[in-house]
Amino acid sequence: MLRTLKILLTSALTKGLVGQFVAWALGYGFIAGLRALRGMPTPWLYEPAVAFGAIVSFIGFLLAAGVLTDWLKWVVGKRTPLRHGTPEGKPEWSRYVNVDYNHKVIGIQYGISAILVLLVGGIFAIIFRIELAQPGMQWLTNDQFNTLFSAHGIVMIASILLGVGAMVNYLVPLMIGASDMAFPRLNAFSYWVSLPAVVLILAGMAVGGWDTGWVGYSTLSLRAPLGVVLFLLGFWINGFSSIASSINMLVTATTMRAKGMTLFRMPIVVWGAAAASIIQLTATQTVGVALTMTVAERVLGLNFFDPNGGGNPILYQHLFWFYSHPVVYVFVLPGLSIISELLPVYARKPLFGYRWVALSSFGIALVGFLVWAHHMFTSGMADVLRMPFMFSTMLVAVPTGVKFFSWVATIWEGKLPKNPPTPLLFVLGAISVFLIGGVTGPILGTIPTDLHLHDSYWIVGHFHATMFGGYIFPFFAALYYWYPKVSGHMYKERLGKIHFWLMLPAFWVMSIGQMSVGLLGMRRRVADYDPALGITTTQVLITLAALVIGWSVLIMVYNFISSARSQPVAETNPWRSRSPEWQIPSPVPEFNYDVPFEVVGEPYDYGLAGSVYTRNLAPAPSGD
Amino acid sequence: MGRFRHFISVVILLIASTVGLRFLFEYIFALPIAASAEAGPIDTLFNGHYWMIAFLFSLIMVFMIYSVFVFRRQDDDETDGPHIHGNTKLEVGWTIIPLFVVLGFGVWGAVTLNEITRPKEGEMTVNVTGKQWIWNFSYPEQDNLGSGELVLPVGRTTVLKMNADDVIHSFWVPEFRVKQDLVPGRETTLRITPTQIGSYKLRCAEICGLNHTLMEADVRVVSDADFQAWVEEKSAAPAFAEMTPEQRGAFWASAEGFGCVACHSQDGTPGVGPTWKGLYSHEVELADGSTTTADDTYITTAIYDPNAQVVSGFNPNIMPQNYRDQFATREQEVESAEAIDLDIAADLIAFIKTLQ
Repeated sequence: MLRTLKILLTSALTKGLVGQFVAWALGYGFIAGLRALRGMPTPWLYEPAVAFGAIVSFIGFLLAAGVLTDWLKWVVGKRTPLRHGTPEGKPEWSRYVNVDYNHKVIGIQYGISAILVLLVGGIFAIIFRIELAQPGMQWLTNDQFNTLFSAHGIVMIASILLGVGAMVNYLVPLMIGASDMAFPRLNAFSYWVSLPAVVLILAGMAVGGWDTGWVGYSTLSLRAPLGVVLFLLGFWINGFSSIASSINMLVTATTMRAKGMTLFRMPIVVWGAAAASIIQLTATQTVGVALTMTVAERVLGLNFFDPNGGGNPILYQHLFWFYSHPVVYVFVLPGLSIISELLPVYARKPLFGYRWVALSSFGIALVGFLVWAHHMFTSGMADVLRMPFMFSTMLVAVPTGVKFFSWVATIWEGKLPKNPPTPLLFVLGAISVFLIGGVTGPILGTIPTDLHLHDSYWIVGHFHATMFGGYIFPFFAALYYWYPKVSGHMYKERLGKIHFWLMLPAFWVMSIGQMSVGLLGMRRRVADYDPALGITTTQVLITLAALVIGWSVLIMVYNFISSARSQPVAETNPWRSRSPEWQIPSPVPEFNYDVPFEVVGEPYDYGLAGSVYTRNLAPAPSGD
Repeated sequence: MGRFRHFISVVILLIASTVGLRFLFEYIFALPIAASAEAGPIDTLFNGHYWMIAFLFSLIMVFMIYSVFVFRRQDDDETDGPHIHGNTKLEVGWTIIPLFVVLGFGVWGAVTLNEITRPKEGEMTVNVTGKQWIWNFSYPEQDNLGSGELVLPVGRTTVLKMNADDVIHSFWVPEFRVKQDLVPGRETTLRITPTQIGSYKLRCAEICGLNHTLMEADVRVVSDADFQAWVEEKSAAPAFAEMTPEQRGAFWASAEGFGCVACHSQDGTPGVGPTWKGLYSHEVELADGSTTTADDTYITTAIYDPNAQVVSGFNPNIMPQNYRDQFATREQEVESAEAIDLDIAADLIAFIKTLQ
């Protein structure tokens, strides 16, 4: 017990948090000191000082946690050999609270952080959902409500990015036969830099919150309370994580594939991750610009968006959505590729139209860059601009449809098990939920119907369905599916099924209910509603459904914790998958493959007698 | 069963499911009543989309659920399914057909948009101003009549010329179906042709800060005769010179005036700013811990320089800091039309005095 505490207190995580706090205080003190030299007093929570401290604080976190140590040593010409395995004299779990360069450790760090941050964002949602169940204000003020929904949005986005990082980091090197990512130190940086970002966002809630939603539109963001600056900076710092991890992923996938793994013989997850990475690598900068401009306008007094000084508030929306629309495909493309990966395994049938499915990810990514202004259909753009964006938006349906049709064709005449295991349930659930999100999209794409639905709860229902169908359900499917590979133990099937059968119907009720109240006049981001709209019953149902979803996720967390302790050791390949990571022991050895493999067949050739995907290049050492 | 019989079963299920869902949508996806001419073509497009949603949802779900139940294997069956890699004709088909369908919907949307946004005959203009967290309307064709509620004659297209004072707001009356943001620094327009006499609510649809939820205004659609009567009644309001300072103060405080009521309640309810009830000549605790009496000097300072003496429990920078200029402009306007020496701040103080 004492030893556990000692390891925790001396971990990189604790050091980082302390370092962040100290650096923040130093940054604040620096500005306050400069002002004192000129004889000016610094009020408590003086914005420029808080903002400067926040910028310094993330560097403080990284320095104290030791994420930058190796790079700093390189500057002075010191060699830094990579350490492998658990440090001597420390328990294995200590790797996960310290800076470690193994991609599997980082993948698990991402995964656990994603779930923890997901729980935080979920609690925010449940707090304000309870407020919304009944008309009238019950237990929140407008101020608290606004902060909670704004934080819910950005915290969930942080969680999704962490979850995508978990899937990409853990799976991509394993699936392509690499021993690690191309840049292990950059990989650790990508993970660790997202932690101070989350800390800043949560700190923003403590110093007055903010009321702009996660979009932070100008000119509201220029007038919002102090918390908005920390939200903007946290969002901005998280961008480093996206950019660095996408470079790493693309280099890994292009240069480190096993012998014989041509592009069209890559597992489909690698395609999804690559398409998502290209978006992250090329779009994140524009939101960075938008956030920087807002902070500069607030803190330094520059003028970009405020029309009183000649600025233009619409400019912010263009910059913001040029990133923030494509980024939803960063969230869903890895998830959709999980669906495509798991269906053939369970249906015992090849993935239907592999090349079409692979290329449709790139189709979605490409079209995704051409549709951002559909978020601005009511902002006052000229019709000559609205029209082209309406047509480009409608085009997204085409590559998305290819995925749906291919999934259905994959399981048509396929041999899905009569008693479906939890990962398969979540995959089928994901298809139904993503379908709700998909079919409710075109009605938002045609401008006349959007004029009614824009900024209504229809949107809330629509994008929750796309996020749950494209990310949450597939992510949970992936967690259950690879849990035996990661932990070496099988999860508890019964608890998994309870989780699924609670969460799926509850989600349907929630998202369809949200669309229903939106049509009747429920606006987005309101703390209260008029009972005359006749939506009170539906609001109660939505809140109850949200509570059920919350409890069901807790069941999953309990399942994973208790199964690692009490469940028997899992078989190496419980799903009879052809994928290479299932041909090696669980948990995966430190360097993944003791013997390199070459690709000799198609990845999803289930049903073809005698065919294999991979073959070991050298005979396995005896006694293994 | 052969492939053909599977196909027939699926098609039957698909038709039943599509029709059933479309029927269900009448309840779960009901729209509010349609009260504008624009709502007509928009609701037609809604109907088209609802059929498409019902069909596409059924298409995927019927095939999926059918496969799950009909082709499934027993737990001890370890054989594989048929080795089918794909079918290029099918792939091309389900790329090309949806492409034309969505482009068709795009054209339909474009035609409808043109119909609802094009200028119509006999249009009337209303200027709409949104500011945190009130709506304000003025009627340039009715001698710049000002109003805190939006009154529209039935059957006549109204062009709303909209401006935002501070942050982005959005004009949405669900019964009219159309929505338009109000953007600081530019004028946006929206056309509405009310068709149903009745009362509606205008609510801001774009998050605009603390009291976004409460930013609403009454909308009344009335007959032509009633509209004329309303205009005359409104225009016949007494001149400022004939009103008492307290009456003028109440007017300045309202949404038609400077909208003080959006933040300062008159009945003691907590708001963004301190309530005016029982304020005058009472002790006020300030954020720096000191106290002062709410006399004429204090209230005048609080209006012109709101950050100078922030009341304990409230935030600085929320109240606009340009009321001295706003008042001066308005005073000049009124004084150029009437023989009166106006002091808006004094009027407001006179009004606050009545709220004990």
